Amino acid sequence: MSTIEAAAENAHDAHGHDHDHPSFLAHHFDTPEQQFDSGKLGIWLFLVTEILFFSGMFCAYAIFRMLRPDVFEGCSQFLNTKLGAINTGVLLFSSLTMAWAVRCSQVKQDRGLVGMLAATLSCAMIFLGVKAIEYSHKWEMGLLPAGLYFYDPANPHPESHTNYLFMICLPFMILLGGVVAWLVVSFATKNKFHQQCAMPLTVAAACFFVGIGLGMVLESGDSERATDDHPTHVTESIEQSETMQLISTGENQVLESLATDSNTGIKSELTARQTQLETAGSAIIQEGDEIAGAIISVEENVMTQRKAGVFFSIYYCMTGVHAIHILVGIGFLVWLLVRAVRKDFNPQYFGPVDYVGLYWHLVDLIWIYLFPLLYLIR
Amino acid sequence: MSAHGDSKDGYDFAHPIPVPMLLSVFFALVLLTIITVAQASFDIGSLDIVVVMVIATIKAALVMAFFMHMAYDKPFNVIVFLSSFAFVALFLIFTMSDSKQTSPDFEPVIEETASMEVAATPAAADEAETSEPTAE
Repeated sequence: MSTIEAAAENAHDAHGHDHDHPSFLAHHFDTPEQQFDSGKLGIWLFLVTEILFFSGMFCAYAIFRMLRPDVFEGCSQFLNTKLGAINTGVLLFSSLTMAWAVRCSQVKQDRGLVGMLAATLSCAMIFLGVKAIEYSHKWEMGLLPAGLYFYDPANPHPESHTNYLFMICLPFMILLGGVVAWLVVSFATKNKFHQQCAMPLTVAAACFFVGIGLGMVLESGDSERATDDHPTHVTESIEQSETMQLISTGENQVLESLATDSNTGIKSELTARQTQLETAGSAIIQEGDEIAGAIISVEENVMTQRKAGVFFSIYYCMTGVHAIHILVGIGFLVWLLVRAVRKDFNPQYFGPVDYVGLYWHLVDLIWIYLFPLLYLIR
Repeated sequence: MSAHGDSKDGYDFAHPIPVPMLLSVFFALVLLTIITVAQASFDIGSLDIVVVMVIATIKAALVMAFFMHMAYDKPFNVIVFLSSFAFVALFLIFTMSDSKQTSPDFEPVIEETASMEVAATPAAADEAETSEPTAE
C-alpha cells in the first residue's frame, strides 16, 4: 500500500504536521507501534476487569458447591456432556481461526483475513445454536432458576404451551432474512463491496441453524439414555406423595423435629416417619436424638425445588453472561469483517483485529473453565 | 522525538505466529478437552476437581501463551493480566473461608413445612431457625 511506504519515508517528520501521517495513525501518536502498544495495554486492562467480573460468578459457584457438593453432582446430570463438549470444540476452533485472522492481518493477507473472520463468526453462531437447543430443552422440562424451577421427576416433559426453541430462533431468523435480503439487493445493484460483506455474513447467520441441527441430533440421541439415567427421581416422587399423606395425618411432634432440619429432604422425612413408627408405634414421641440421627444419616434428595433451583440459577447466570459475551464478540467481528473487506488493515495497523482477538480468546478461556465445572461433575 | 532515527523503528513491530504453531496449539487443546471428558467417566473421588482444574489451567495457559501472543508480549502487559488472577485467588479464598464458617447451607430457613400449616407460626419458625445449625 502506498500509504505505508509514504509513512515509512515520512517517519522522521511525521509528527509536527497535521496531515502528514498515514491515515490510520492518530495525531497524538508518534509511530504506529506506539499506537498499537497503547491500545494493547488498554485491552489488557479491560480483560482484567472482565476476569474480575466473572470471578464474582465463579465465587458464587465455589461457595454453593463447597456447601452442597451433592446438589451440584445431582443437577449436573441434567447437562448434556456431548453438547458441552461439542461447544468446547467449536469455541476452540473459533479461537484458532481468530488467532489465524490476526496473523493474516499482520502479513497483509486480505482474503485470508476475511475468510478467517467469517469462520470465527460462523463458529460463534454454531455455538449459540447448540446453546439454544440446550436452553430450550431445559426450559421445557422446568429446569429453571430458583423461583421458577418446576421440574417434576414423575412428569419430566409436561405439555408446554410455549415453544421456547422457536422464540430463541426468531431473532436469528429475522437476522438471516435481513442478511439474505441485503445480499440480494447487493447483487441486484451490483455493489461489489456490499456483496463481499453480505456473503460471509449470510453464511455466518445460516450457521446458527447448523448449530440448531447439530444440537438436535446430539440431544435426541441422548434423551433415551437420559430417561434411564434418572429412575431414582421417579421413586423419590412416589415417596414424596407417600410422605405427604403421612404428614397430612398430622403429628406435630415429628413435624417439629423435622422443622429443625433446614433441608427437610423428602427422604429424610420418610425415614423419620418410619423410625418413629418402629420405635414408638403411633404414640407421640419426644423430640429426641434418634429422630435427629435418622435425619442426618439419610441421603438427602437434591432435586428439591430450592436446591436444584440454586444450581440452575448459577448455571444460567454463568453460561448466559458468557453467551452475552459471545453476542458482543459477534458484533465486533462483524465490524472487523466489514473493515477487512475494505482492506483497512496492514502490518502497521492490525490493532483492532488483535484487540478483538484478545477479547475473543478470553471468552474462550472462560468457557474452558465453565465446561468442566458445570458439565463434568461426577 | 528524534529517538527513532531509523525509518523502520516504530513501524516494524508485527509478530505473526507461524501457522504450524497455531495448528499444533489447537490440536493440543482438542486433545486436552478429550482427556477431560474421558476422565469424567472414571471415578477418582475427590481428586476429580483437582484433575479437572489442572487440565483446564493447562489449556488456559496454552491459549494465553500462543493465541493471545502472551509469550511474545511486553512483560508489563503480562504482569498486568496475570495479577488479576492473584486478586481472584484472594477474593475466592477469603469469601470461601468466611462462608464455610458462617453458612451451613445455602437454603433460606423458611421450609416446606411452613407451607404445610404446621410450622407456620412465628414461634415454630423461630425454633427452626435457632436449632437449625445443630441439625446440620
